[in-house]
Amino acid sequence: MTNVEQLKELIVRADEIEEETEGEGSKAATKRKVERLITAACEEGTPIKNVLGDGLIAGMDIVGARFKKSEIYISEVLIAARAMKMGMDFLAPEIIKAGIEPAGKCLIGTIQGDLHDIGKNLVAMMLKGAGFKVIDLGVDVKPEDFAEQAESEGVQIVGMSALLTTTMPGMEKTIKAMKDRGVLAKTMIGGAPVTRDYADRIGADGYAADAASAVDLAKSLIT
Amino acid sequence: MRPTVRFLTDNLIKQIIDEAISILCTLGLEIHNKKILSMLADHKAKVDMDNFHVNLTEDIIQKAIRTAPHSFKLYDVMGNQTHDFSDYNVHFTPGSTALNILDCQTQQMRKPLTNDFIDFSKIIAQLENIASTSTAFIPTDVHEKISDSYRLFLSLLYCEKPVVTGAFTAESFNVMKDLQLAVRNSESELKEKPLTIFSCCPTSPLKWCQVTSQNLIDCARYSIPVEFIAMPLSGFMAPVTLTGTLIQHTAETLSGVVISQLSNPGTPILYGGSPAVFDHRYETTPMGAVETMMTDCAYNEIGKFLNLPTQAYISMSDAKQLDAQAGLESGIGATLAALAGINSISGPGMVDFESCQSLEKLVLDNEMCGMTFRLIDGITPRDDFPALPIFQELLEEKHLLLAEHTRRHRRKEIFYPGPAIDRANRQRWKQQGAMDLNARLHNEVNKLLKTYQPSTLPETTKKDLVKLMKKEARRHGQDHLPLPPMTT
Ligand code: B1M
Repeated sequence: MTNVEQLKELIVRADEIEEETEGEGSKAATKRKVERLITAACEEGTPIKNVLGDGLIAGMDIVGARFKKSEIYISEVLIAARAMKMGMDFLAPEIIKAGIEPAGKCLIGTIQGDLHDIGKNLVAMMLKGAGFKVIDLGVDVKPEDFAEQAESEGVQIVGMSALLTTTMPGMEKTIKAMKDRGVLAKTMIGGAPVTRDYADRIGADGYAADAASAVDLAKSLIT
Repeated sequence: MRPTVRFLTDNLIKQIIDEAISILCTLGLEIHNKKILSMLADHKAKVDMDNFHVNLTEDIIQKAIRTAPHSFKLYDVMGNQTHDFSDYNVHFTPGSTALNILDCQTQQMRKPLTNDFIDFSKIIAQLENIASTSTAFIPTDVHEKISDSYRLFLSLLYCEKPVVTGAFTAESFNVMKDLQLAVRNSESELKEKPLTIFSCCPTSPLKWCQVTSQNLIDCARYSIPVEFIAMPLSGFMAPVTLTGTLIQHTAETLSGVVISQLSNPGTPILYGGSPAVFDHRYETTPMGAVETMMTDCAYNEIGKFLNLPTQAYISMSDAKQLDAQAGLESGIGATLAALAGINSISGPGMVDFESCQSLEKLVLDNEMCGMTFRLIDGITPRDDFPALPIFQELLEEKHLLLAEHTRRHRRKEIFYPGPAIDRANRQRWKQQGAMDLNARLHNEVNKLLKTYQPSTLPETTKKDLVKLMKKEARRHGQDHLPLPPMTT
């Protein structure tokens, strides 16, 4: 197996491997392994783009697909994502040098008046795990703040989450605030009371029922 | 003997409470409400106003526990007592604030409308094992700013039972209080005969947001009972161990006890919650999980240890239809909750992770509640000693169908559910149309809608309620409420 293939495997099996090396040192051990494999791959002359695409991101893609098939748990996905992030951080200077952009840039928050952030946090974690740069505005975000931040951060996607029937209208207001400001970012919405129908009705670009499909949706919105 | 179930030893309860108090005092919590923070500072808590942070003291916590009432009663709109939250008394209330309603005709979930809420109220009014009503879901045909008060308004108009409710904003509290005053006439009468319970939720981990903490102190001001609904999610927003979750639940709930009791000592409270384990496969918060139910029963034991009446979101299901899963999860929950002596059990009617109400399930659950009442009545000797006379009669007559003993005790000894629970023999069942559970439930729902008798609340009071609600609606730009002609 090449070093890049081993890297991919490490991401896919991160949870298992950490369980084997149980205890305080397991996270540090993963970090050491990720960094060792990346260093070895680079020394072999593998381009950064491939270390990323065929190693770290390819591993996460497999993890995401397994999660969608209910073969693994969310905690396993997040441990894989953490291992991937370790790799991304280690590679950060090279990534900048090579001019490689993140998978996409996404703004996310819960809609004005809504404090339910558990689902939104999961979506943010999963997006990060898939290589997106995520700017999390937190809870109770006003439509104008979404619009303003989307403009100043130059994001491709604005993600909104609502858990209350009563806060959902804030999504439509946010889309309008973005239009008024001339922000062209795509919008994606979710949360327990939200439906695809509702998304269509208010002119959102996409709706996702859970965190795993939110990642697929985000990818499809920017391609 | 009343049968009970226990999950915790007294020693473990003490340990959990000690840890929770230590967390509140050393790590502290966030309260996004300056008024409450100043109040706590006045009581010598260490407050960091800029970061909305406070470290409580053991003194404050113990004082709050001491002033909290050990029991309280609820009264219906006519002023009759319906609830006694004390000891191991158990009362059921429909699960509250669903997003959807399960439409029996289409078997689909959909957004509820005013008419659905009126139907719901008419049915609850007639279900004898469900003691209170609740603002069970949100009619979506009114302005979202009035959707919380509107549910309370409809409840008070169409059903005489007391209401378990809650506000979505700090502002809504006012009209929700005024609606109650319209029924009770004065603040002192409302205090003397509480009509509602407000759900007030801390945010796990260890935080109170502005809206819910404001609701909490507003309720305290009018001595309106509150139930604390902490929702630690095991393995996500709380430790994965049930004991760890209980420590967090205790800390969050005790912080609520402190806020309410320092605001107005003696305000009635329910030591409640809606914790759940987090399902790492589906990212969900299953209410039908056995561990969720164990946590509910266990924190109820902690509440009882502290001498406080209790509440829990239990006896509901995560099923998406009225199927076997819906029945078994609700049944296990209701049984455990009743055995544990949870004083207010919020659950009937609810499916899909407390996000969908079903009128048909309410009818089924009413019978389930009846069975649990019978269960906790236990086995009591009734004219059973000496046993010789009744056995003499049995041997002589060859049966006891006509025995005085049977007639005297049959209603107390045997609970006869139906028409949801089917106990007919196959032949009779066939003759009666061979209906499955859904069909029987749907028939019963339709029957109850026909047999409903309007609330006996005086017409003048009903008019006052309508006037108040219309005024509130107009304040938010809605001139017309989608009410049936008799109420407009
Ligand atoms: C950007 O793109 C995307 C894409 C996908 C997206 C997305 C964005 N956002 C979410 N998704 C999707 O992916 C996620 C991962 O799979 C999923 O996210 P979810 O959030 O759905 O799933 C999470 C992983 C797990 N689920 C959750 O975390 C929500 C669970 C339930 C039980 C819930 C919780 C935990 C809480 N609550 Co509240 N709460 C309920 C919820 C009932 C339910 N079944 O939903 C609900 C939503 N709450 C409700 C209510 C009424 C309230 N709550 C309140 C408070 C709270 C807590 C603070 C106690 C707590 C939230 C803690 C927190 N930090 O978030 C209050 C409101 C506070 C406020 N202003 O926001 C209060 C008003 C109660 C009160 N009177 O105080 C009800 C809503 C009723 C309605 N019709 O609108 C409710 C259905 C429960 C009920 N039956 O009462 C998907 O929806």
